[in-house]
Amino acid sequence: MAQMNMKEAIRDAMRVELNRDPNVLIFGEDVGNVGGVFRVTEGLQKDFGEDRVFDTPLAESAIGGLAVGLGIQGFRPIAEIQFIGFIFEALDQIVIQAARMRWRSGGKYNAPIVFRTPFGGGVKAAELHTDSLEGLIAQSPGIKVVIPSNPYDAKGLLIASIRDNDPVFFMEHLNLYHAFRAEVPEGEYTVELGKANVVREGSDVTIVTYGLMVHTAVKAAEQLEKEGIKVEVIDLRTVSPIDIDTVMESVKKTNRVIVLQEAQKSAGVAAEVIAQINEKGILHLEAPVLRIAGPDTIYPFAQIEDTWLPNPARIIAGVKKVLDF
Amino acid sequence: MSKVPYEVYTEDVEALSVLSPDGEVINKDKMPTLTDDQLKEIMYRMVFTRTWDDRAVNLGRQGRLGFYAPVSGQEATMIGSEFALEKEDFVCPGYRDIPQLVWHGLPLYQAFLYSRGHQHGGQIPDGVNVLMPQIIIGAQILHATGIAMGFKLKKQKSVAITYTGDGGSSEGDFYEGLNFAGRFKLPVIFFVQNNGYAITTPFAKQTAAKSIAHKAIAAGIPGVKVDGMDIFAVIRAVQEAAERGRNGEGATLIEAVTYRFRPHSLSDDASKYRSKEEEGQWNEKDPIARLAKYLEKKGLWTEEDTLRVREEAKATVNEQIKKAEQTEKMTISGLIDTMFEVTPKHLEEQKADFE
Ligand SMILES: Cc1ncc(C[n+]2csc(CCOP(=O)(O)OP(=O)(O)O)c2C)c(N)n1
Repeated sequence: MAQMNMKEAIRDAMRVELNRDPNVLIFGEDVGNVGGVFRVTEGLQKDFGEDRVFDTPLAESAIGGLAVGLGIQGFRPIAEIQFIGFIFEALDQIVIQAARMRWRSGGKYNAPIVFRTPFGGGVKAAELHTDSLEGLIAQSPGIKVVIPSNPYDAKGLLIASIRDNDPVFFMEHLNLYHAFRAEVPEGEYTVELGKANVVREGSDVTIVTYGLMVHTAVKAAEQLEKEGIKVEVIDLRTVSPIDIDTVMESVKKTNRVIVLQEAQKSAGVAAEVIAQINEKGILHLEAPVLRIAGPDTIYPFAQIEDTWLPNPARIIAGVKKVLDF
Repeated sequence: MSKVPYEVYTEDVEALSVLSPDGEVINKDKMPTLTDDQLKEIMYRMVFTRTWDDRAVNLGRQGRLGFYAPVSGQEATMIGSEFALEKEDFVCPGYRDIPQLVWHGLPLYQAFLYSRGHQHGGQIPDGVNVLMPQIIIGAQILHATGIAMGFKLKKQKSVAITYTGDGGSSEGDFYEGLNFAGRFKLPVIFFVQNNGYAITTPFAKQTAAKSIAHKAIAAGIPGVKVDGMDIFAVIRAVQEAAERGRNGEGATLIEAVTYRFRPHSLSDDASKYRSKEEEGQWNEKDPIARLAKYLEKKGLWTEEDTLRVREEAKATVNEQIKKAEQTEKMTISGLIDTMFEVTPKHLEEQKADFE
């Protein structure tokens, strides 16, 4: 098995699929010749040609709409939106046009598109490069939202997303691209969409999270372990749809839950997870479910992002709060 | 005063040029009227800006600045276009257009604070008619269109200018802004700095149009192409566009053909997408060297002047970056308090998480 960081694993997934299926196409701003601003698609144009991996003019709505049109023609586009903040230019094409194609055409057409975009804080990027907008997309019916937390999942989830016949919004945390290497199998494998992963077992409290925050939660859990508190950490991997069964199994075991997200607190994925826990089994809870998240402000680029982002100290305080309830 | 030719169809358009690369005025008709003091002031600003850009790149490498997009090579487009305006005119910039903001009145330390991701960088002082730099490519074009409509409704004889690059001219917002400005006959100047690349994407892969100036046709407004390494051509084109705007004749699109000597931002490597030969050819068109030759012949500028301005610029940059560094740090509570006029209860509660 090869050791890969998340960026390499994502590139490898695209290479596998470009090789396997001639209908797979990659396009976006700067993705061709130099392989994108993070070099995620580096070398792919050279190997697969300009018809399959190409730069577009600087126009996100056109990138989204082009993907929709190509999907109707039987292609499987992987459309890159260079940074998360620029999806607003393409939002009509992503959450209205692509996400409704199957429904609007009564099943005649579909939109087998992957919209890939980097996001996520802690890297001191410029304004609008890091926001966590998964809640926004997750609220739109007809599109899946996938957020890997490690290289193995990233490759398997991306291959599954490319093969999915409906649109997938695939979010890559900037802080995870180079964070660490892990074993990634060569060739094809998939990680099922809509399936969460128990990354750490524990019996006292469950932390439900995704993306970079999985690692922050594990750090907090390791510290709590020293005090004899056993924390279970669940990585959702797909934030729409949410794998509530895996979450509920854990809730039944620990009876105490924290939902952790990097995004601003209100009306997002964490709120949805809590609502579903209430619906499925409020009687299993020994304490109210706590949300740990960014505050409801504009994302504070650079200057104070380290304070703004959830950290192990805030998580530990949260865990104690639900234990002491 | 004869006009810059602006009618373009499908044939190639010649870029307006006034000053030759060796500092001769080759197009007397189009030479803007400038006093000796103004000429020296323009040169001062260009040299100052080049030095500041050099320093900013170093500060960026030392981690003392945040996001910074280099400008060297584009001094004629940036300084010339701003110089052609009045203080009341409104400047709507993209992320690279910091010099226009500073020469229009934004204190330099605030530009540094903006780069460092400090909110105070965007708190523009009263009477300085600029917007903070825009990150979303194209959004500022529509703001300028709205500001121009405001001028028109208020019967104020001012213009709004907005900047984007060759890449930016592909965005939907660009076409929407041009079309509105044409439809409502608004006093706005769309200034495109075509430096040949949008990050790594060369102009030839950006559009099949013969020029960006051509894109004005569909919006029913004049489009002009100028040599963006020639400060006199830039000043002349913007002066005429501003005059048209003030006279109620509506908007103008100006394409200035220019080059940035450095890569797109501090985090990328230009050698991956452009050649040394190309860079060398453009170096010969350096707008500062070109103006210096002209001024030296007139006895208005010497090498010593350049050195003096460089020293002055370095000292100013040092002092202003220190001022930025000494500005009180932001806090989460402060951030929360600037979200709404009256902070809602749930946000008041959220402050507790950070105390
Ligand atoms: C809506 C949007 N899409 C993408 C980006 C990312 N991006 C930043 S600069 C840039 C290229 C801009 O090129 P151009 O307009 O030619 O301006 P230049 O920097 O060359 O002056 C891109 C794609 C962005 N900031 N906003």
